[in-house]
Amino acid sequence: MKISENINESGSTVDMLINMGPQHPSTHGVFRLVLQLDGELIVDAEPHIGYLHRGSEKLCETESYSQVVTLFDRLDYVANLNSELAYCMAVEKLLELQIPDRAWYIRTILCELNRISSHMLFYGVYGLDVGAMTPVLYGFRERERIQSLFEQVTGARMMHNYIRIGGVKEDTPPEFNENLHAVVLELEKAIEECDELLTQNEAFLARTKNISCLTIEDAIDFGVTGPILRSTGLVEDVRISEPYGIYDRFDFGIPIGSTGDCWDRYYIRMQEMRESLSIIKQAIKQMEPGEVQAKMRRIVRPPKGECFVRTESPRGDLGVFLVSDGSQNPYRVKVRAPSFANLQAIKHMLEGVYVADAVVILGSLDIVLGEVDR
Amino acid sequence: MLGSIKGLKVTLSTMMRKPVTAQYPIANKRLDIKKRFMGFPALLWDDSNSEPYCTGCMVCVRECPTQCMTATMADNKKFSEGKSTRKKIIDSFGINLSRCIVCGICVDVCNFDAIEMSHEHELSKFQRNANRANLKSLLAMGKTFQSKIKWEPIQIKNIGNPDLRERLQAAAKAQSEKINANEGKMDGKPEGSSL
Repeated sequence: MKISENINESGSTVDMLINMGPQHPSTHGVFRLVLQLDGELIVDAEPHIGYLHRGSEKLCETESYSQVVTLFDRLDYVANLNSELAYCMAVEKLLELQIPDRAWYIRTILCELNRISSHMLFYGVYGLDVGAMTPVLYGFRERERIQSLFEQVTGARMMHNYIRIGGVKEDTPPEFNENLHAVVLELEKAIEECDELLTQNEAFLARTKNISCLTIEDAIDFGVTGPILRSTGLVEDVRISEPYGIYDRFDFGIPIGSTGDCWDRYYIRMQEMRESLSIIKQAIKQMEPGEVQAKMRRIVRPPKGECFVRTESPRGDLGVFLVSDGSQNPYRVKVRAPSFANLQAIKHMLEGVYVADAVVILGSLDIVLGEVDR
Repeated sequence: MLGSIKGLKVTLSTMMRKPVTAQYPIANKRLDIKKRFMGFPALLWDDSNSEPYCTGCMVCVRECPTQCMTATMADNKKFSEGKSTRKKIIDSFGINLSRCIVCGICVDVCNFDAIEMSHEHELSKFQRNANRANLKSLLAMGKTFQSKIKWEPIQIKNIGNPDLRERLQAAAKAQSEKINANEGKMDGKPEGSSL
């Protein structure tokens, strides 16, 4: 990076260097962005990551297969259950396990709820990023509802360790169905409320419409996935293109955008919450009592081999590559984190925009640093 | 203008609602803890034999992802006197609660119903080492938990009431004999123990 010696063509002014982060309130974690400014315009941007690096992938190699689930909880700490699911699916693929139907329904319901809670957090902090204080209170209120439902089922609000290899930890408590119904009804109302509060607000539109438009070609080149890819107008969702689990039994739509700007990225997430609710409602209807754990040995020891699974996490395409050497510990666990891939496009997005929009654009990516740095 | 007015309508209707938050440090104004809530692990007390369930088999110590536990085993004096069925008993047990990640793996692997995730969750202490729980404090945590949720042992052999225990044991034996007979017919082999 040759930022420091850069001089304008006129020869009189020197570009200004600004460190955004690592302790900046709108970087959503510990993340540093070095901005090179020509007046108000961003000339160049360089993301610096690694402040939250814990060596999770290496740690996985020293833990046994069932202990690794706890590490995956801490990757995407906003959508924990979705990360757990990706890892468990990888081990199950190696073991060639048949998972009972009820376990899949519980997993799907909880993962979709987790998607809503993750998008609710995005909704709240995105409001903060563009300068609106109110949405964060609404977003967190709804998130709390979902988290207290999680507490009833899994025993924890965030670090669940609930989805296990071969199923889930235990069946849902007796009062679960009733509470789930209540939460779904409340969420339906809340999503409409949130939508009314922010989506068509003139100030919000002015801050987000036509900011950092991304074309389909660029998005594919950067390996961007999830809501950001769909905002460009491409229909790509792992739940549809490569259905895993029981997603082929549900009827749901994939919201897409048209211009790929910040507002599209925001609005797709609002629509995705509605689709997730529709999946949950269908799952409640189809769910039947039964086993929640596959019959398997207590000590997990997959045969020699490797596999790759893809799942759709709230942030995009979450992949886990698992290599087994036949021992009790994984030989290698590689995580294809959607946040990390989405962050690669930030340099392209930030070139030529005003510095005030940098926060809006970074917020629209909805990165989780636990997943970026691993 | 219309969008902002719509938004204001939402905030105004929210203003009239009851608050959804609760005051944390005030005891009777907190949100209640759910039954399955996982706090720190605690050791449980066997009332019928007046001794802990834990035999110090170390399986939780080995399976802990953060290695926050230590345990030692001793010969049970009550066993030689014929007052207990446990040959070995826990001698000392330590958990570094600041290291514990509350994952519940120790509860899953325990073969003796000896450890359970209690509802204890507050970590603020005045001394640096005050979060290192020993056998005495773990059993105290367990006793509070047991009386709070009216805990009953999950395994049949640990049930305190002898009549009930024998009845359930007989039922379980009949069940397993039935399954074995069926499997003999189908020539199927049991695939290890299920979790």
